[in-house]
Amino acid sequence: MLFDKRYRPDKPSWLMRLGAFAGLAFMHVPVFIIILYAFTTEDRTYQFPPPGLTLHWFEVAFGRDDIWQSLSLSLGVAACATAIALVLGTFAAFALARAKFAAKDSLTVLFVLPIALPGIITGIALLAAMKMARLDASFITIVAGHATFCTVIIYNNVIARLRRLPPSWVEASMDLGADGLQTLRYVLLPQVATAFLAGGMLAFALSFDEIIVTIFTAGKERTLPIWFFNELFRPRDRPVTNVVAVIVIAVTLIPIVLAYYLTRPDDEHETAR
Amino acid sequence: MTVRAASTFFYRRPNWYLCLLLVPPLLWFGTVYLGSLFALLAQSFYSIDDFTAQIVREPTLATYRQLVTQPANIDIVLRTLTMAIAVTLACAVIALPIATYMARYARGRMKAFFYVGVMLPMWTSYLVKVYAWRLLLAKEGIIAWATAKLGLTGLLEAALATPGIGGPSLSSSYIGMFIVFVYMWLPFMILPMAAALERVPGSLLQASADLGARPSQTFRNVVLPLAIPGIAAGSVFTFSLTLGDYIIPSVVGAPGYFIGMMVYVQQGTAGNIPLAAAFSVVPIVLIFVYLGLAKRFGAFDAL
Repeated sequence: MLFDKRYRPDKPSWLMRLGAFAGLAFMHVPVFIIILYAFTTEDRTYQFPPPGLTLHWFEVAFGRDDIWQSLSLSLGVAACATAIALVLGTFAAFALARAKFAAKDSLTVLFVLPIALPGIITGIALLAAMKMARLDASFITIVAGHATFCTVIIYNNVIARLRRLPPSWVEASMDLGADGLQTLRYVLLPQVATAFLAGGMLAFALSFDEIIVTIFTAGKERTLPIWFFNELFRPRDRPVTNVVAVIVIAVTLIPIVLAYYLTRPDDEHETAR
Repeated sequence: MTVRAASTFFYRRPNWYLCLLLVPPLLWFGTVYLGSLFALLAQSFYSIDDFTAQIVREPTLATYRQLVTQPANIDIVLRTLTMAIAVTLACAVIALPIATYMARYARGRMKAFFYVGVMLPMWTSYLVKVYAWRLLLAKEGIIAWATAKLGLTGLLEAALATPGIGGPSLSSSYIGMFIVFVYMWLPFMILPMAAALERVPGSLLQASADLGARPSQTFRNVVLPLAIPGIAAGSVFTFSLTLGDYIIPSVVGAPGYFIGMMVYVQQGTAGNIPLAAAFSVVPIVLIFVYLGLAKRFGAFDAL
């Protein structure tokens, strides 16, 4: 029985409480395990518990040129893709937030399609297009793929904020004599700024970590996720792989936590007291 | 014309303003994204010459015929579909207590704790999570260790001996793959479900209780029907993500192929882009069918 016999709105049954906390624990165990394994002294098997702990593998990983190259490629791709997506996503969101026109629904679908369809479709489609246009895989093709799904993230974040903004604010600003540019600068941008920043951070994290699309568009380039994927099948480098896993967690989680604090709804500040 | 005058000009003419804003994203999506999707569709109507292994650029249905007539290909589609449905159901069941607790019972700090707790693993690197499960499920890994400590090794071995879903170890069986899929997509089910449950007005529950319903009846007859759109929205993610994934089946799992793996292998080592393209049309069709079903249950109102 999930629910108590009597109606007590603020008291969940012990079974539901257990289900909720056990589920939450289930979601966190693997991440802790990875962090633990980065320090293990065992380098051949996945033996648990680890026989001993060491910082040696961090030293080895930091000395590897291939890791540094992949890391800088991934950071470069994420920065370029995020920059393009910030422009395209914000434009699309401003256009579709209030306007009413015939093709609006189809455009809304188009702008979320890259994340509604599985990543492999975007990947193989880009590859098919590259083959047809006889285009070689390069930094640019990776960025083109990433910018497409990053645009969706920015669009979603910015449009959600614009919809919460009362339209009367813009009208009031114009009535009080502001021109379009002033309204944008003093009314719209301050409201949208945090959503814009948060979207950018999420897009950066998503791009930095992306593998499904990237495999198809990268050719011989090796982003950090592709490096990681190749290492999965090479037992010799397991300890270094574990260290890279911890680096990837750190690089993706920092922008995500910042994005969370930037977009936290105001009412949560009240309930969080 | 100054920028100031231009801004007034566009404010007065909403259609021009709309065009100005829409042109850049539409150009990008029209060429890069839709262009690619059409290229994919076009490729699926090409075929491959059996002798030269060259792509023949003439429209034909041969590749689709190959897709639907070979029993091995049908097996791949059915296997992927079964996994996607099983994963979706399991996610819904596991997500229900978590979503209900965080939406209806947790308050203040506890609520924030749960939301952050669900979002952090969702945004943690996809590959790292898959890799972590490889460690967890390995023969000498933590799950084998925990079951041995609890004296349940016999149970684990019995599960692995089950024909069809078992295997030599958890990391090379369908059971293991199923666990990893459920783990990976669980947050995508919890968040829309919790959002739908948040919107159920408390007065409805009080009314139900006042009219003599027991809490389990209230849950079945009031809360659950109102939560259905959220569950449908979450299931779109779990279903779609499972259908297209090729990393998880190749890192954890049994030898049987999945749609995503087939696409990956056909375009890569096999060099048969037409067949890969035809295979990738299958999940697109399945997802559009599923979206149609989900729409009936109000999934789009809950997103």
